[in-house]
Amino acid sequence: MAIVKLQQLAIARSGDKGNISNIGIMARSRTIYLYLCEALTAEVVKAYFKEVAFGTVTRYMLPNLNAFNFVLEDSLGGGGTETLITDAQGKVYGAGLLHLKMDIPSELLDVAYMTES
Amino acid sequence: MDKQSVIRIANAQGFWGDSALGPRQILAEEQIDYITFDYLAEVSMSILQKQRMQNPDMGYAQDFVNMIKKVMPVCKERGIKIVANAAGVNATACLNNTKNALKELGLFGTKIAIVEGDDILGQLDQLIKNGQELKNMESGKALKSVLQKVTSANVYIGARPIVEALNKGADIVITGRVSDPSLTLAPLVYEFKWSMDDYDRLAAGTIMGHLLECGTQATGGNYTDWKKVSGFANMGFPIVEAQAGGSFVLTKVKNTGGLVTIATATSQLLYEISDPENYLGPDCIADFTSIQLTQEGENRVAFSNIKGKPPTSNYKVSISYEKGYKILSTLCVSGPDAIEKANLMYNMVFARLSMHGIDIPEQDRFLEIFGTNVLYKGLVPTNPQPHEVLVRIGAKGPDAKSLNVLGSEIAPLITSGPPGITGFAGGRARAKAIVGYWPALIEKTKVNTTVWVEEI
Repeated sequence: MAIVKLQQLAIARSGDKGNISNIGIMARSRTIYLYLCEALTAEVVKAYFKEVAFGTVTRYMLPNLNAFNFVLEDSLGGGGTETLITDAQGKVYGAGLLHLKMDIPSELLDVAYMTES
Repeated sequence: MDKQSVIRIANAQGFWGDSALGPRQILAEEQIDYITFDYLAEVSMSILQKQRMQNPDMGYAQDFVNMIKKVMPVCKERGIKIVANAAGVNATACLNNTKNALKELGLFGTKIAIVEGDDILGQLDQLIKNGQELKNMESGKALKSVLQKVTSANVYIGARPIVEALNKGADIVITGRVSDPSLTLAPLVYEFKWSMDDYDRLAAGTIMGHLLECGTQATGGNYTDWKKVSGFANMGFPIVEAQAGGSFVLTKVKNTGGLVTIATATSQLLYEISDPENYLGPDCIADFTSIQLTQEGENRVAFSNIKGKPPTSNYKVSISYEKGYKILSTLCVSGPDAIEKANLMYNMVFARLSMHGIDIPEQDRFLEIFGTNVLYKGLVPTNPQPHEVLVRIGAKGPDAKSLNVLGSEIAPLITSGPPGITGFAGGRARAKAIVGYWPALIEKTKVNTTVWVEEI
């Protein structure tokens, strides 16, 4: 096993709909996608965002794009127009999720993106 | 690809306030058939309603008129058509000012179409009376509970009236609130004579619109692997090259910066889509899990196999309402003990407000200490002793006057608080109205759209 950040395995884009944030995650390869299907569950994401996301977290799968869309309810301090928090639209939640540390099987290291920015 | 059977659509504005270099870049470098301008975000209509209340000649995207002055001579010469959701809540003013601009340019013979019917603010009482509860899609509450405070109400209408405008010969189509992808879908329905029950093609057009609607976010902007992107200053705006069958290529303006790869395209595909199998639009439901992508060439990604389903019987409505006020002030604080100092300042401000006779309940008080993982709260380890932080102190409440007192108690922290506070610029903060967002649904049969065309 080896510990990497999700950023080495995936890219992200996030945004909002009212008080709900959307985090899109695309795996860097099919092999990684299949691993993330098991490892990056809605429960893992909910636990990771426990200080900001208070509602249901739903994971949608897009196997055709090696991607997932996570929908985090009640996660933007009241929503884009109402809250005083800086990231009222969840623009950086995607990048935040990419900081998640994952203990991956060693064979996946070959396909992980190692030039971490 | 057979050039004759391809329609090329470029987006020149991804939001109200996007770079004015977009349209210039597109016209300098590209042969295209349509340019879309997307101005309206969720809260835009409320801001525009306020502007209109203060000045009856305002309430639309005024940037658009300036842009038209610059692009229309070339567009007219080359037969490029424009579709823009620039009318906001004041189609008449938008039309008149656009007409005047075209007259000044001597562009006689230009046809401008206006699409209306999205603005239902004046019909809310009647609609509620007729059984449309306009329940908040997040909270489930009926609109009745905030009806007196509503400031705007606009339906996300679909492609149909834009198609009608193009059928009437419009060179420029100006709409109010329409679903963003409709700006792109409508020209394709018009050009390819797509049937409005050909849901696979409508879904393809909707996905093209979804890719274009945020401008350079589809072409390498806001991309995780940003170090692989070059030419940021001249980011290429996106273009779709559509075929009659619904397959298309996403590319960008040539000789520009940016990057169009499966990864940058997918980044935008995944943007704010909720359930990807059921992306709800006014004209169809698009299935993002059906899309097949291929890197067809440098900065060219081909899309195929897109599937769609019939739409629901409802339109989405975006309603805004007055929800009290908010105020926010910022100060910079140096270490040592920057976090401790920031907490002291926060306590001082609210204690002083109490001395003024203003008690703000705990849940309405706000403190963010920037530099302590405000953006990544709980996600990464925090530096316990940062050398500097930005303190953001604020509050919400029903009364602007009380909140303004908070604004007056920020600067005094510099002389009466702990040492090392600086960066107080721009004067006292003032309370601003909070625009509450109320997403709802309305039966399609209750909404009437109209299209009128004027020739200069």
